[in-house]
Amino acid sequence: MPVSVTNSHVIYDALRAVDVRLVSALPETWLVHLIRMAEDDPEMILVRLAKEEEGVGISAGAHFAGVKSAMLMQNHGFLASVNGIVSFAQLYKMPLLMLISHRGDLGELDPWQTQGGMVTLPVLRALGIPSYPLSDPVSTPRIIRQAQALAESALTPVALLLTRDLMWEEAS
Amino acid sequence: MSERDGQRMLRADALAAIYPQLARDDVIVVTIMGAVAVELYQLGHRANFFYLEHAMGLASSLGLGIALSMPRYPVVVIDGDGSLLMNLGTLSTLARYRPGNLTHVVFDNESLLSVGGFPTATSTGTDLAGVAKAAGVPSVVRADTVDDFADVFTQSLAMQELTTIVSKVEPVGPKSFHMDLPLLENRFQFRRHLQHLAARAAME
Repeated sequence: MPVSVTNSHVIYDALRAVDVRLVSALPETWLVHLIRMAEDDPEMILVRLAKEEEGVGISAGAHFAGVKSAMLMQNHGFLASVNGIVSFAQLYKMPLLMLISHRGDLGELDPWQTQGGMVTLPVLRALGIPSYPLSDPVSTPRIIRQAQALAESALTPVALLLTRDLMWEEAS
Repeated sequence: MSERDGQRMLRADALAAIYPQLARDDVIVVTIMGAVAVELYQLGHRANFFYLEHAMGLASSLGLGIALSMPRYPVVVIDGDGSLLMNLGTLSTLARYRPGNLTHVVFDNESLLSVGGFPTATSTGTDLAGVAKAAGVPSVVRADTVDDFADVFTQSLAMQELTTIVSKVEPVGPKSFHMDLPLLENRFQFRRHLQHLAARAAME
């Protein structure tokens, strides 16, 4: 599979390094290795969702319990979660680390991903959610660490956009 | 089945019947917004109560996140038909992980009471206990009188099995929805309380 196992490991190890112990996820192609790593890790609680918005509530529960968490989802899952993000995570000032695969961006071949790809950043901006791309394995651990720190200190959702450059091994 | 001359039970009576258990310091309680939150608050707010004043549908997801993160403590979610119908998928997720320490109470008044009383689909036949059972929730109980409700709730709290209790209630609520508790104060107080519980568990 052309999804990068190596870079998925970089991301997963960085999440573990900042003590993320619960991950909620709804599978999509780019996330399959990350989800498998969470599943194979006895120290990680993996919650497979029916719909991404559930993850906002689950992460809030983890935060109340003192457990660091992350959401793994596609950008369309982020779009489907907006009310939960606004009227739970933001209203209640919850730290929420969201790793969002940015489908429908540069190099996308699937036409059905493109509309969501184009509105993802504008929606994140409209919500006032700090957002940063993860585009190379060298800077990824540092940005994940910094994003986690910001989410906890500002008590806010932070979005990390998983880019094609990071997740996909073929030149595209 | 019903009491009070054909009337359904009152949610306020059901809450009052289980309040001593909810008020236990080591029980973690999450409610939805609106009448349920106000009625519990009026019985006496405790640091272990969190009222999710928006984000309809996510109270059960919140309860799942707490239950998985703090498996040694009983977690109670007090849900309603309108909220649960907005996030039916939650039943499949609850059933998938079936935390034994989670009790999911659904007060079904067949109505979106807090926004004007519009009838929900449970008024035309949708059976939330049936949906929960079909979703795979291991223990699903209907309880439509205060005595039955208090009994099954007490059993569920003592039992290590995910339980959904569905109770038909009258579509009536408090006159005022005012709570003298800013939502952020509730949020930080509740988290601090859970941190104390977690620290206590770590010391044992």
